[in-house]
Amino acid sequence: MTRRLIVGIVGILLLAPASTATAQDWSARIEAEGSLFPASPADPGQIHNSASIAIAPEWEFEFDDRRQLITFEGFLRLDASDPDRTHADIRVLSWEYVANRWEARVGLRRVFWGVTESQHLVDIINQTDLIESPDGEDKLGQPMVNFAWITDFGTVDAFVMPLFRERTFPGSRGRLRFQPRVETDETVFDEGADSGRLDLALRWAHSVGAWDLGLSHFYGTSRDPRFTLGGVTSSVLVPVYEVIHQTGIDAQMTTAAWLLKLETILRSGQGDAFGALTGGFEYTFGGVFGGVADLGVLLEYSWDSRGEAVFGTDLTDPLGFSVFQNDLFVGSRLALNDTGSTSLLGGGAVDLDTGSLLLILETSRRIADDWTMEIEARAFVGAEPGEPLYSLRQDDYLRVAVSRYF
Amino acid sequence: MMDTKILKPGTIATLVLAIVMLVLAATVGTAQETAIPDTADPGARGLAIAVEADRRDTGFGNFTAEMVMVLRNRHGQESRRDIRLRTLEVDGDGDKSLSIFDRPRDVEGTAFLSFSHVTGNDDQWLYLPALSRVKRISTSNKSGPFMGSEFSYEDISSQEVEEYTYTWLRDEQLDGQDIYVVERVPVDKNSGYTKLVTWIDKEHFRTMKVEFYDRKGAHMKTLIPQGFHQYLEQYWRPDIMNMVNHQTGKSTVLEWTNYEFRTGLTDRDFDRNALKRAR
Repeated sequence: MTRRLIVGIVGILLLAPASTATAQDWSARIEAEGSLFPASPADPGQIHNSASIAIAPEWEFEFDDRRQLITFEGFLRLDASDPDRTHADIRVLSWEYVANRWEARVGLRRVFWGVTESQHLVDIINQTDLIESPDGEDKLGQPMVNFAWITDFGTVDAFVMPLFRERTFPGSRGRLRFQPRVETDETVFDEGADSGRLDLALRWAHSVGAWDLGLSHFYGTSRDPRFTLGGVTSSVLVPVYEVIHQTGIDAQMTTAAWLLKLETILRSGQGDAFGALTGGFEYTFGGVFGGVADLGVLLEYSWDSRGEAVFGTDLTDPLGFSVFQNDLFVGSRLALNDTGSTSLLGGGAVDLDTGSLLLILETSRRIADDWTMEIEARAFVGAEPGEPLYSLRQDDYLRVAVSRYF
Repeated sequence: MMDTKILKPGTIATLVLAIVMLVLAATVGTAQETAIPDTADPGARGLAIAVEADRRDTGFGNFTAEMVMVLRNRHGQESRRDIRLRTLEVDGDGDKSLSIFDRPRDVEGTAFLSFSHVTGNDDQWLYLPALSRVKRISTSNKSGPFMGSEFSYEDISSQEVEEYTYTWLRDEQLDGQDIYVVERVPVDKNSGYTKLVTWIDKEHFRTMKVEFYDRKGAHMKTLIPQGFHQYLEQYWRPDIMNMVNHQTGKSTVLEWTNYEFRTGLTDRDFDRNALKRAR
C-alpha cells in the first residue's frame, strides 16, 4: 500500500504544473530516553528499567504557489531493553491540493479531532501507538482519501480509509501493560471488520464567535478494541475488533481566561450501544508569582455508560471499557515564559467509584539551542484487583528524554 | 497525556500588526488629513495625532514578512527565534494574521492564527504539529512575554486607536526630527502598563521611540525602531526594533526582512485549514 501511495504521489508530482514558488525542508529529531521503574514488576518476566532512542525525520515540499504540499514524517524507536518496543512507522506521507473552496488530501495522515485534555473521546481516525507511550497521544499513520469542502457555514470533511491498523500493545517483557498481557497474534476480527473493508467518516467543524464546534460520524472498524481471554490456556488477552458506528460532538467556548470544553460520543456495534462524555474547563492566571509566568487550572469530568470494568475475571463476552468511566481529572499547568520555554504540568485523575488515583507530572524545557529535555512521572495509587489500573500497580515510573533537533 | 509545550498562549502574534501600530506611518498627505489641534487641548491633540497615524497606515491590504528575534540576557548570552508572518487587513475590524515558527527547532512547524478585533477579545488558535492538533487558546494574558522575549503580547498584537486614551505632552526634537511626544494610557485593565510615552515624527507619523511604564508606574522598557523603509510609496516599516528592559538588563532585537505587500492573500489563507498546513 505504501509503495502504491509513493508511486501515486510521484505521479501527481510529475503531472503538477510548473511551479512558480517551491519550498522544501528536511528536519529531524533524535531522542534518547530512559525510564526507571522503582518497584519490581507484577510479572517477573517484565523488564526493570529501559533505555531507548527514537529518530523522527520530516520532509516537506510545497509547490504550485502553495497550492500543493507533500509531507513525510517517519518514526523509528530502538529499545535496548524490550525488543517488542523496537518499532517503526510512517506517521505521514501525504499529498494535499488546495483550491479556493475545497482541499483534497491523499496518503498516510494524522488527523486530530476534539478539545479536551484528559482523554480524547471524539478523536477516532488514527490508531493509537500504545507501545510507544501509555498516554495514548502517539498515533499510527492512517491511509486515507480526505476531501474537505470549505463553506461559509464551516468545513465538511469526508474520509475514506482503507487498511485498518491494529493497536500496538506492549509485549510480554514490557511494563505499563495489562495483566495478563495482550497477545496481538491472536487478534480476532468480527464479521466485516477485517482489513479489507473501507472505513468511512464525515465531520463538520465550524468556528462562530467564542464557539468552536464539531460534529462527526464514523462507520468502520473500531480503533478501540474489546478484549477476551485467549491463547492455549486462556492466559492472554486478545483484542477483538468490531464494526462500529460512532457519533461525536465536541465544543469549546473561549472567553478571555476561560476555556469551557465538552466532548461526547454515542457508539454502537460493540455489544450494547453506549455513551460517554468528558467535560470541564481550563482557567489561566496570567503573570503569577509577581512575574511573567502563567498558571492554568484544569478540571475535567469523564463518564462512560458502560460503568466500571471488572477485569480479568469472567470474559465470556468481550470486555470493552474506559479507564475514565466516572473520573475527575484535576491539574495545573505552569508556563514560566522564560527563554527555555519551561513548562510543568501536574495533576491527578481520581476514580469516583473506587477512589483509585492516577498521578501525573510532566515538565519540559529547552536546555540549549536545538536541545530539549522532558521529565515525566506517573504513579498508580490504590487500584483494587479487577480495576484496569490494577495491572499497572507496580509500574510507577520516571521517564527522562533528551532530544536534539536538526 | 497533555501537551505541556505551550507556546505561551496569547503571546505569539502578528508582529506585522505590531509594526502597523508601533510604527505608525505614511506619506501621502491627502485632503482627508486630520487637522492636528493646537496645544491648548492636549487630549484632543494627542488623539488627533493617533488618528492620523492610523489613517496613514490603512489600506495596505495584506503582506508577508520574515522576522529574526535575538534575545539577550544581562550576561550577553543570546538565543534566536525565526518567524514568518502573513497578515490580512480586515475592513472595519482588526487584522488577521498567521505566524509560522521556524526556530527554535523544537517548535518548528508550530503555527499561530490570530483574528484581532476592535472591541472584545481576539480569537487565537495554535497548531501543534506533533499531534496535528489545532487548539483555540486563551487571550487574557496580554502582558506576558512573547517567546521569552522582552516583547509582550500586547506590544506586538494589532492595536486599535480605541484601545488607549491620549495626551499630547510636548513637541521636541529627536535625532534632528520634529517630534510629537504623546502619552497613551491603556483602556484595558489587563494591560501590563500604566502608560506608554511615544515619540512620533511630525512628517510621516512614524513611531520613533516608546517608553513603557509598568503597573507600579516605573519606567520598565524602551523600544527604538530603526532603519525605516517605505513600501507601496506609503507604508513605513523599520528593519530593526530594539527593546531594552531597564529592570532586568535583558534586551530583544527584531530584524525584519522580505517584506512583500499585496501578495494575493485572502481569507482562505487565514482559516483553520490553512493553519494546519502552514509551512
